[in-house]
Formats: sequence, C-alpha cells, structure tokens
Amino acid sequence: MKQLLKGFVLGTALLSAQPALAADRELLNTSYDIARELFAAYNEEFKAHWHEKTGETLEVRQSHAGSSRQAQAIIQGLRADVATFNQVTDIDILHARGGLIPEDWADRLPNNSSPYYSTMAFLVRKDNPKNIQNWDDLVREDVTLVMPNPKTSGNGRYTYLAALGYAQEEFGDDQAKIDQFLADLLSRVRVFDSGGRGATTTFIERGIGDALLTFESEVLNIADRYDDGEYLVITPEVSFLAEFPVTWIDDYIKQNNTEALAKEYLTHLYAEESQRLLAGFNYRVHNETVQQETRDRFQDLKLKSIDEIAGGWEKAMAEHFASGGKLDQLQRRR
Amino acid sequence: MTTSHRRVGDQPWVRRSLIGIAVLLAMVMLVIPVVVIFAQALSAGWSTFAGNVTDQYTLHAIGLTLFVAALTVPLNLVFGTALAWSVTRFRFPGRKLLITLIDIPFAVSPVIAGLLYLLLYGRNGWLGSWLATHDMQLMFAWPGIVLVTVFVTCPFVARELIPLMQQQGSEEEEAGVVLGASGWRIFRKITLPNIKWALIYGVVLTNARAVGEFGAVSVVSGNVRGQTNTLPLHVELLYQDYNVVGAFASASLLAAIAMLTLVVKAFVEWRQSRPIVSTPEKEVS
Repeated sequence: MKQLLKGFVLGTALLSAQPALAADRELLNTSYDIARELFAAYNEEFKAHWHEKTGETLEVRQSHAGSSRQAQAIIQGLRADVATFNQVTDIDILHARGGLIPEDWADRLPNNSSPYYSTMAFLVRKDNPKNIQNWDDLVREDVTLVMPNPKTSGNGRYTYLAALGYAQEEFGDDQAKIDQFLADLLSRVRVFDSGGRGATTTFIERGIGDALLTFESEVLNIADRYDDGEYLVITPEVSFLAEFPVTWIDDYIKQNNTEALAKEYLTHLYAEESQRLLAGFNYRVHNETVQQETRDRFQDLKLKSIDEIAGGWEKAMAEHFASGGKLDQLQRRR
Repeated sequence: MTTSHRRVGDQPWVRRSLIGIAVLLAMVMLVIPVVVIFAQALSAGWSTFAGNVTDQYTLHAIGLTLFVAALTVPLNLVFGTALAWSVTRFRFPGRKLLITLIDIPFAVSPVIAGLLYLLLYGRNGWLGSWLATHDMQLMFAWPGIVLVTVFVTCPFVARELIPLMQQQGSEEEEAGVVLGASGWRIFRKITLPNIKWALIYGVVLTNARAVGEFGAVSVVSGNVRGQTNTLPLHVELLYQDYNVVGAFASASLLAAIAMLTLVVKAFVEWRQSRPIVSTPEKEVS
C-alpha cells in the first residue's frame, strides 16, 4: 500500500510538471472552429519567419471554437495574445464588454484589420439540374435550399445580408419588393442548420436541397474534395463582403510580454507568401500579385460591405436579427 | 391456480418477447455503437490508428485527462469518506441538509456547473479579479479543469458510502470506543474494512466520470491544443476538423478506459455480493 501511494504521488508530480519549454517564446492564437488547418499551415510559415528575424524559436498554441464563444472566453480571462475570428461583432465585444482592446482596433492593420476575406456562394449538385445561376433562381418554386440559421450563426447572417444586398441592387428603393424577395428566399429553405458545418453535412451527407448557401471558401473546399463535377460552385455577381478580422489583445500581450511577437504574427499575415497560403485555403486576399495568380479561381464580383447594405453591424443586428426584427417578420409571412 | 393469479412473466411468450426486446435494445443502443467506435477507429488501418493515438496533441490530451483524474479521485475519496462518516456517525443540526446538498452536482447540468465556476473565478467574476491582480490563473488552465471535475464527481463516493454505513450502524465502532481504541484506530481497523468495497466502487465511478467529463470542462478549458484539451474535448475537436478517423481513435481510448472501469466495477460488485466473512476481525465478532 505504501509503495502504491509513493508511486502515485510520484506519478502525479511527474505529470503535473509542465513539459519543459522546447521553444524560446510562446504565443496563443484563439480562432474560430474551422480554421485549424489554415493556422496550422500559417504557424509553420510564421515560425520560420520569426526565427529568421530574431533567431528565437517559437511555439504557437491554438484554441478553436465558435468565435462568439472564444470572445466570451477571452473576456473571462483566457489570456490569448491574438484573436483571429470570422465575425467583426465578436472582436467589437472584446472592447465593449471586456475593455481589453481600444475602440479603434480595426484601424490598426490594413483593410479593416481583415487580412483575408470571403463571400457567400452556392453549391449545387452535379450538372446543376435546376440551372441555378444567380440569387433570383433561388426563389423559384421548384428550388429547395439549405443554409445555416441566421439566428444562431454568423455564416447564416452573412447569407441573409448577401441576399439583401442583391435585392437592393435589383429593386432599388422598392422596399416591398425587397421584403418579398427575402421572404420568398427564406420560404425555400428546407433546413436551417445551427452552424455552417451542420449545413454542409445536411447538404452533402443527407442529400437535402438543390443548393447550399454558405461561404465561398467552404463551397470551394467541398468542390475540391469530391470528384470532378460532383458538386458545382456558383458565385453570384453581387454578394456580401465577409471579413475575417484579427486583433492583438492589448491587455494580455502586456501581461504575457509578447507585444512585438503578437503584432508581427498578425502583420505577417499581409506578406505575400502568407497571402498566397491563405488563397490556397480558398480565401480571397488583398495582395495584388496573389490576386493575379488566383484569378481563374476567384471571379471578380461586386462585393458589398455591411455599411453599404445595412449601415454597419450594430444597425444590422438591431434591425434584422434581434427578436421581432426583420428576419422574424419575414419568416412569419410564409 | 386461476388465471387471475398468474403473473405476466409466467407465460413463456411474454417472457421471451420481453427478453428479446431487452436484448435487442441493448444491442442497438449499447453494443453496436461500441463496436462502431472501434471499427471506425481502425477503418484506416492499424498504422493510421497508431499514428492518431501517438499524435503529439492526443498524447497530451491523454496525459492531461489522467492527470486530472489522478488529482480528482484522491480528493473526492477523502472528501466523500469524511462526509459519509460525519453524517452517518454523528447527529448535528443541518445533517439532513448536508445529505441533500451533496446531490447538487447530480442535479445540475455540468455545463451550468462550469459556467458557475467561470462566473466566480473568471476575470470578471467575484473572486476572479482578486486572482487576476495576484497573477493566478485558475480558469482556462488545468486548475480550473480539476476544480470543475471535482465538483461534478464529488457525490459518487459519499453516495456509495452513506446507505451502507447507515445500514451497518455504529455498534462495532462504539464497541471500539468502549475498549479504548483511538479514533484513527477505529477507522482503520473497523470502519475501513467494512466499507472497503463500497469505497472502491465509488472510486471506480468517480474515475470513470472524471475521465469522461465533457460539459463542465468544455466551459472552463479554453480549448488550447496541447495545453488545456482533455481527451473528450479532443474528440470533439478532431470531429469538427473532419478528422473522423482521428476522432474515433481518441474515442476508442475513452471507450477502452470505460470498459476497464466496467470490468473493475463488475469485480467489485461480485466481491460485495459475497457474504461478509472475509476479514478475520469479523469472524471474531
């Protein structure tokens, strides 16, 4: 018994000893749930870059979950050095509720602190049997759709806003027609999944719907994964500019003593080789050389920002997505 | 015997179909899923399985999970025994209340338990700001994971012991007191041998739950790979990455731990069900 106890205490002590730090420096990146592969690749790239620059070895730790949950964790004390999210509102909250970053965080890096972006696109089945080419094809009576729920996912909200952007373009100031278009579109949706990955599963695995509405990066990834022509990607000419904002977290990088490192980690996302890497994961990037290289993959589109479509995120959330808002009213109409 | 006195089970077809339904349900709900876990884990071959299991992050998740269990189990062993001892051997005001309180972790959802701890010890929490100024990190680090695991698993040992100790009564211990034995000696020579198997059973259950806990841990973990990711969280993470085989490989480790637990539990139950004549002290009394 004594032996056993001794062994146990020893084992516990051994286990609790943090693994000896192999690297000189450490950085914690909190990110959204489907970005693991992207940052696994970027981290390798950045480690080499940092080593070249400073001679220090580096370990980048990753945390992945839904970005709203990540924001909440950071506010409650997850001492992340940087946040790389897929929703602007989730970074705003770090300022509004956490007081961890300044209000003008978006101006600290180029392109609204969004080193890469995407838009909303459609995925249709082999040979596009319903001949879906643009937003107006989606409201035809013979078409059924799958999209993430705008109530619970940023992905779904983006799709809703993209459709709104198209309708504004098409019908101008005619609010009744815009509303009718959105109501029709929502009524064609067979399944509202709670998140983007769920919607993909519904469309692919369960075979429901004629078109899946989600991020262009996601539909390109799916199309890549299956045999030629099994699924087709349709990119409508007018869509939504979905930004992927990043920020360093001022309070924590001070505590963690990682100020220079965290800033360089995010700044380096804008370097040409990093932008090429991001484009490889089917995100659109700002670097012109890389844009030229990937032209046949990413067609030129008219991408409308949240300011153009709904006058900013705050207004969009209050007007469209809050309880009793536009979305609720439109869904009640069907 | 008239038909009105016959019990349902007496008719062979009733008995057979009841047994059939039970077996079928057990197959569909229990056996097949377990088989699927291992089949999926091995679907890409042994080498892929080995690769998945020995992946740096999986290994860390295993280590962390065992580490958390290794802290949780002894803590709750001591706590549970002390609690059961005090409520069954002594009468004091609030005793009933204490017995009820111990069930709280059973009653509340683990997610809520996690949130409670987060709101208490998180950066904006009541104690959190004090901790932060003293540069102590509980949440989103291993101490937080241990804390919520202890909370979720604390009733198991006590719940096993209380009914047994109530049933056994305190006559033997009283005899010990009369004969002049010290408290520690009474506990070691009389109480402990009496409750030994129930205690082990409680430990087994505590361990199973500590290893498998997801909800509460998920709230306070922060999901940092290679740092605060336990095995159940790791399974979810891999699954979300479309790495289904990897997810099932990690899940099969959890299933293996669970099955080991079941074996130990079955053994303990078998020991418990035998007439209590095993200890020499008993034979004398």
